[in-house]
Amino acid sequence: MTTLQSQPNHAADAHGTDGAHDGAHGSAEHAKYPFLQHHFDTPYHQFDSAKLGMWLFLATEVLFFGGLFVAYAVLRNRFPEVFSYSSHYLDTIMGGINTCVLILSSLTMALAVRFAQTNRRTGLIICLILTFMGAVGFMVIKYFEYSHKIHDNLVWGTTFYVPPHDAIGEAETKELSVAPTTSITLNPVNPAVFAVPTLAPIPAVDASAIKQASRAPVGLATPTQMAHAEGLPTGEHDPSFAHPATHLVDKKMPANSHLFFAIYYAMTGLHGVHVLAGMVVIGWLLKRAIRGDFSSDYFTPVDVGGLYWHIVDLIWIFLFPLFYLIH
Amino acid sequence: MTTINISQPLDTAARPDNYITHTRGFMSWALTLDHKRIGVMYLVSVLSSFFVGGVFAMLVRTELLTPGQTIPGVTADVYNHFFTLHGAIMVFLVIIPSIPAALGNFVMPIMLGAKDVAFPRLNLFSYYLWIFGALFTVSSLLLGGFDTGWTFYTPYSTTTPAGGVIPALTGVFILGFSSIFTGLNFIVTVHKLRPPGMTWFRMPLFLWAIYATAIIQVLATPVLGITLLLLIVERAFNIGIFDPSMGGDPVLFQHFFWFYSHPAVYIMILPAMGIISELISVHAHRHIFGYRFIALSSIAIAIFSFLVWGHHMFISGQSPLLNTLFSLISFSVAIPSAVKVFNWMSTLYKGNIVLNTPMLYALAFLVLFTIGGLTGIHLATLNTDVHLHDTYFVVAHFHYVMMGSALIGMIGGLHHWWPKITGRMYNENLGRIGCIIVFIGFNVTFFTQFFLGSQGMPRRYYDYQPEYQIYHVISTIGSYIMASGFFLTAYYLLASLFGGARAPANPWGGRSLEWQCASPPPFDNFATQPRVGDCYDFSAIRWDDKEQGYVVDPALDPTTNPRLAAKNSH
Amino acid sequence: MSHTATTSHETGGKNPGAHPIVGHLVPTWLLVFVGTALLMLTAITVAVRYIDIGEFNIVVALGVALVKAILVCLFFMHLRWDRSFNTLVFIVSVVLVLLMMAFLIMDTRQYYDSQFDGNAPNVESTLQANAPGAPVARFKPYSP
Repeated sequence: MTTLQSQPNHAADAHGTDGAHDGAHGSAEHAKYPFLQHHFDTPYHQFDSAKLGMWLFLATEVLFFGGLFVAYAVLRNRFPEVFSYSSHYLDTIMGGINTCVLILSSLTMALAVRFAQTNRRTGLIICLILTFMGAVGFMVIKYFEYSHKIHDNLVWGTTFYVPPHDAIGEAETKELSVAPTTSITLNPVNPAVFAVPTLAPIPAVDASAIKQASRAPVGLATPTQMAHAEGLPTGEHDPSFAHPATHLVDKKMPANSHLFFAIYYAMTGLHGVHVLAGMVVIGWLLKRAIRGDFSSDYFTPVDVGGLYWHIVDLIWIFLFPLFYLIH
Repeated sequence: MTTINISQPLDTAARPDNYITHTRGFMSWALTLDHKRIGVMYLVSVLSSFFVGGVFAMLVRTELLTPGQTIPGVTADVYNHFFTLHGAIMVFLVIIPSIPAALGNFVMPIMLGAKDVAFPRLNLFSYYLWIFGALFTVSSLLLGGFDTGWTFYTPYSTTTPAGGVIPALTGVFILGFSSIFTGLNFIVTVHKLRPPGMTWFRMPLFLWAIYATAIIQVLATPVLGITLLLLIVERAFNIGIFDPSMGGDPVLFQHFFWFYSHPAVYIMILPAMGIISELISVHAHRHIFGYRFIALSSIAIAIFSFLVWGHHMFISGQSPLLNTLFSLISFSVAIPSAVKVFNWMSTLYKGNIVLNTPMLYALAFLVLFTIGGLTGIHLATLNTDVHLHDTYFVVAHFHYVMMGSALIGMIGGLHHWWPKITGRMYNENLGRIGCIIVFIGFNVTFFTQFFLGSQGMPRRYYDYQPEYQIYHVISTIGSYIMASGFFLTAYYLLASLFGGARAPANPWGGRSLEWQCASPPPFDNFATQPRVGDCYDFSAIRWDDKEQGYVVDPALDPTTNPRLAAKNSH
Repeated sequence: MSHTATTSHETGGKNPGAHPIVGHLVPTWLLVFVGTALLMLTAITVAVRYIDIGEFNIVVALGVALVKAILVCLFFMHLRWDRSFNTLVFIVSVVLVLLMMAFLIMDTRQYYDSQFDGNAPNVESTLQANAPGAPVARFKPYSP
């Protein structure tokens, strides 16, 4: 038989594992802590609830991206040759640098939480600024990556097969400004190769060796596409002319390569939007930190904002190998 | 046992200062953080949408009176827009937010003895997301409409010339986030704001249902979000992920869509089940039978809901392996659902049943849900479904579940808590008549459609063979009867606001916490922390003539009378 | 009680009254150590990309990503010291994604050939094989 009135004032014991509030704390706590909302009993109660709320939100973020990861898995399972070939158009070095930038900004965010917990305002502000710079840096690198791709007409959907400036002949002779990256071939039987890596010819994956998607969706294609498939003359300027054409620059691209870039832009684009949202969150935290809102009593916004920023990092940790690191 | 002993009686007298009169002016409502006001705003918005969706339903039914064109000007194309808007409005704007966001918002924190939900600002934000989502969805009407059906199946939805598809998708996307934030808020509220003494297995069953619903809202809705986003991108930029002519996969869209939309069916039905548990127990004045089974079956349904989405896709080209798996798992959903129905029946057995309006709605629910549930088994059976898929049989089935169960449950709950929300009693006789008219109209409308469907009439068709006409005529007449029942209901509910008798704190004899505060509740719900006991123990409840309502008699209450507690423990 | 799990071991532990809330205070060295480990793992995984080890390329890439993700969750996101329910929420969301992925891959692998060449899924060959007197297939029977 426990009556809560017999337990005076400390929150710690009353919060059992299920975290229900105890109701025994009254106006004293609210007078002491101005940030404490009226329906919470103690600052800890409020902090704990905010954390659970944030984790639930992170779960929704995981499922939100999860849909795209599932789409990725289905497409990659279906067109493995497309993924292994097209992946070489992504710049691993830039992607790697971006990964490091995000990891470092995650580190500064974690440090920011620590500085807030220990009442060190200057450290908090510096860390938040560094985190913000990380976000900016990430977006800048991403901008260069995207603009290279778009310059090479490595874009989404039907436009993948349409010359950007309606200049077919010109595009055919155009050099790639971003060459597919080189690769070291390792023969596991002979360790000596590992010591003296040989540079493989460009492109790294020999297109002719890749199993091409042998069947085109003729049954569901538009009349133009069917005519093309049967070798009849087609209107090549027709924008619906999509398949089974090849990319204008790289004729060796396997069929359906546009799907790789579609899912690439979908996933990294959505991630980029999350980075932008993260910049807003960090900016808001920075403003409040400068105003001096946070202390060891009240750092909940820094903590939950940090959780959000870490999930952005976490998603990139998976995006990076899935797009950039396909051998 | 953990209780707080309070010496002074709870202040249940109706006071001039309640949540409605606490502050005044438009802005005090528009920017309120009070869960009760947000609940009321949701209620008004949802019921208005219900009216709009109902108008489209009437138009659809009227158009189907005769083969070919019935209403002048309603061509096949216009008809497509009608049924699409009817479906989209009813699903996304009405049923999904109806119970959790409207009634749940109002009742849940009071049931918990809390002052508010865990995140009041987020709560208001969800409401405005709902408003924006609704505006986008309805604005699609002006921007060319959308005729894809509420399911937005590709490749039709990516190629249809209707101009309102993208606004509608955006609207539903935003509504999804409104739903997510409501669910998130409720999970945290249930976890963190329960009062002392209210362990998990002492929560009212409505809270269990809301909690299970919230789990689904949080875990399933994001997938709808990303699906719609992909569809918007597909339609706008033709990226090809769902487009078979570009190597994409339209079945993938259906998988994505139903991964959310099947759990969404349980977002609709679970809270209604929670309401029915309350209604049946309170209005039969009998302790709920099998409390733990009802509570845990809610969670079981929530878990099962994620494993059965493929039963919507038996003839979509889904592989035989998955067809079999999904058919099998779908049958298992019948178990927790039946557990609930049997427990409700057992609660009624030898209960002191009062046949007032909420009870009549609860009984209507039992009948309609049983029919809806059992026909669901027909549809979960693989070979039967090949015949019945996309016929009026399916239409009838899901109207029995979504309207006959979810909405009827919602309206029952509305009557149950109407005195609490408004502080007024409605006309009980009109209420009973309204319920009976709706029940008859509903069955005439939709039971007929089972025949129609099993004879092969496909859903969503504008034109049909003359031999189906008799069924369509009966169904349309039924829908008119049902509409008149709803108009009657709207009339007496609105009339009660102006001329209704003042409601006592506890008009029905309920025991859960919301009946222990005044009607309408004061601004911060409870001046003192209320006492938490067994919320289905009605032994201490007696009628009080002075109050014109029920009161808890301390002499009969085991939590305050130690001798009774000792006796009861044996 | 469980509250000890969320009390700081540095300040809160010594002086429990001073900070009524404090989530877990992670030491700076640990954060920097985890950050360094993450950077090194990134370097490793990039290096492995240039080496052909067949099927293991993707295994290594995802394995390293998983280790990195766990490090971020446990230390940067304080899950190691947080309520286990928060971990449960997160794990459930991941499990649901994996469930959906497994079901969909299982499914698409079986049907996607039928989307090409105008093939209906197995209908003609089934009719031909199982039903005596069934109409002779007008189309080329589906063969994987």
